[in-house]
This record gives sequence, structure tokens and C-alpha cells, in this order.
Amino acid sequence: MEILISNHSDKPLYEQISTQIKAQIMDGTLFPGQALPSMRALARDLHLSVITVQRAYEDLTRDGFLETVTGKGSFVAAQNTAFIREEQLRLAEEHLQEAAQIGRRHGISYDQLAKILRLFYEE
Amino acid sequence: MDSIWAKDLCKSWGDFALERVSFQVPQGRIVGLMGENGAGKSTTLRLLAGALAPDSGEIRLLGGSPQDPAVRAQVGAVFDHCPFPGSFSANTVGRMLAGIYPTWDAAYFRSCLGRFQVPPEKPIAALSKGTRQKLAIACALAHRPKILLLDEATAGLDPVVRDDLLDLFLEYIQDEAHAILFSSHITGDMEKVADYVIFLHQGKVIFQAQKDELLEQYGIARCGREAFARLDKSDYLLVRQTNAATECLVADKEVFHKKYPSILLDRTSLEEIMLFYTKGDGPWKA
Repeated sequence: MEILISNHSDKPLYEQISTQIKAQIMDGTLFPGQALPSMRALARDLHLSVITVQRAYEDLTRDGFLETVTGKGSFVAAQNTAFIREEQLRLAEEHLQEAAQIGRRHGISYDQLAKILRLFYEE
Repeated sequence: MDSIWAKDLCKSWGDFALERVSFQVPQGRIVGLMGENGAGKSTTLRLLAGALAPDSGEIRLLGGSPQDPAVRAQVGAVFDHCPFPGSFSANTVGRMLAGIYPTWDAAYFRSCLGRFQVPPEKPIAALSKGTRQKLAIACALAHRPKILLLDEATAGLDPVVRDDLLDLFLEYIQDEAHAILFSSHITGDMEKVADYVIFLHQGKVIFQAQKDELLEQYGIARCGREAFARLDKSDYLLVRQTNAATECLVADKEVFHKKYPSILLDRTSLEEIMLFYTKGDGPWKA
């Protein structure tokens, strides 16, 4: 598993780890049932404190991306792809809603917005 | 469980005094002891290593007393100078320590020397400072301790060697029964590997905090004198002023930003926090 940490990002370290693991589960780099490196091993490889990695794993376990079995380690959870799609969809909806509000408030027509969306989508 | 538990440690030492120092080092964690020169880092570590006795207060290492030989055998300590005679070679030191520690692992010692590229037959006096430091660490590790105490182990070493040592710390901690307490004024090393930091200043513990939380929550607000005059005194911890700018250490970036959205707010580092506590002014100092 490859994780790239930026020291100059505004995102906290644990979040950089969890976001990248999520992305890798999403695009199939990590597959259901696959064992993740132990928290301590990943901390060693990334040169980070164990607590930082622990927090990322705990968040991912809480959100259903990982299953953590005491004494055995953490594994990619089985049912997560549908779940992640859902999350991405919700995220997209949020941004579209914002765009729609801006449009209504400032007199940008639906057709115009739809055209812009199409343009971006086909980019 | 705590590997190290210290309560109300006091030690007077010439004109220096350690005052009611209390902290814990949880099992499986790396804890950094930071503070300026003379803050009491070495004294604290010497008390834990049993090299000094506290005037008052209590220390528990793995639940036992640091004076108990069985407990001391579980502790590996590295202080800032190499404790072995300069005419000895690494191999001689190894043979000597093998006679002292029943748990000495000669094969592991040899593998550490190999990994650190410490020449086994060269007299210690002829080794560079970094190599001597690596030898001291190999010696501290080779009796397979459960607690590692390091006093300024990375000071004066080049970045490559320091990185090797951080690798070693993280490898040592792969065993959850292990714990490390290390002091350093190179706060960058601590920022990388420490789970918790303890900040000592003038013989007192100013705070013990989880490092990630500290760095996420603390921030530095920069503003002019006029804006500074309008800040509530309770909204910052410490302030440093020059003719050109006023800088405040704030305990919670988010809360501060909500209240003062127009003031420039930056992330901070352990080094900056240390500077604020040692050189800044504020309600905290009173």
C-alpha cells in the first residue's frame, strides 16, 4: 500500500492517510478482505507516530471502510463500494445544490448551468 | 498500562530545581521530552534511569521501582556522552556488558553494529560522534529492554544518522510492550515520531499533550498592535511583540478564527510553541 504524506498540507496527517486509503478502496487498488499493514508497521514506513496512523484506522473502521480484528489486524471491509459511491454522490449533490443556489440568486439559467456541467463532465 | 509513571518528582541540583514533575509514558508509545537547555530534561531522565535519586516524589517503571535491579535490567538508557573508555573497542564493550546483563543478546548487538556501520574493532576514541552515539544506542538495545530512555540522542548528529535513529525508534516500538522516552531540543525529530510530548520549562511540566492534537489545535495569530488591543485577553495564551508585528499563540485555531475571521492565522510547530513559552509574555506567565 502506498501513502503519500505532505508536510505542507492544511489537512491533518491522519486525514491524509484515511482519504488516500478510501480512494484506494474506491478505485480497486485495495480489495475487500485485503489485509492492511499493521498500524505500527505503517507508522514506521511513513515515519509518523503510531497514534497518527491509529486515528486514521479508527476513523476508517468507524465509517465502515475497514474491519479491525483484535490481534489480527485491519482488513478492507466487504460491503464498502456501494457505501463509498453513496458518499461520493452525496458530496456531488452538495456541490450541485450550491451551484443551483448561486444560479437562482444571480439569475443564471438552468440551461446555462446544465451546459457548464456537461462541459466539465466531458472535459 | 503505563510503562513509566512519575509523580511529583522534586530534585534540587545546585541552583536548579525540578519541581513536582508528574507524567506518564503509556506502553507502546514514543514520548518526547522537550524544553530549552537547563529545563530539567536530563535530570528527569537520570532520575528515571536510577542514576539520581529524587528528593521527593515517586517513580514506577513497568510497575516497579527504578532501584530494583530486576526493573533496571528492563531499561536501556542513552545519555549524551559515550560512557565507555576511549581505548575500548565496540567488541570489548559488548563482552563487558554481556557479563553485566543476563539478558544480553550478543547476536543482536553484532547485527546492530553492522546495521549502524560501527567498526567493531576500532577504539571508541577514534570513532566520530555519530558513530559513538550509535554504539551507545546499540548497547542500550542489546539487552532487550522494555523501556528506552534517550537524552539528546540525536543532538549533534547529521540528518542521515538522525533519520537512521528515528527508523530504529519506530522499529523498536513495533513491539507493543516497548516504550520510549526521549529528550531533544531538535523538535523536528519529535514532530515526526512522538505520540505525546511533555514540555518542561524551568524545572516544571508546562503541559503533556498528544502531539497531533496539539499541532492541530494550537495556532499563531499575527496582527498589528491595533487589532491586538481589541483581542480579549482570554483568547490567547501568549504573545510576542516586535515593532513590526504582534504574534499570539492561541489554543484553538477554529474557535479563534470564528471570533476574529479577519486576523491572519497560521499553523504552528513544536519549536514555535517552545519559543512562545520561553520568550513570550501573557496571562499564563503571571
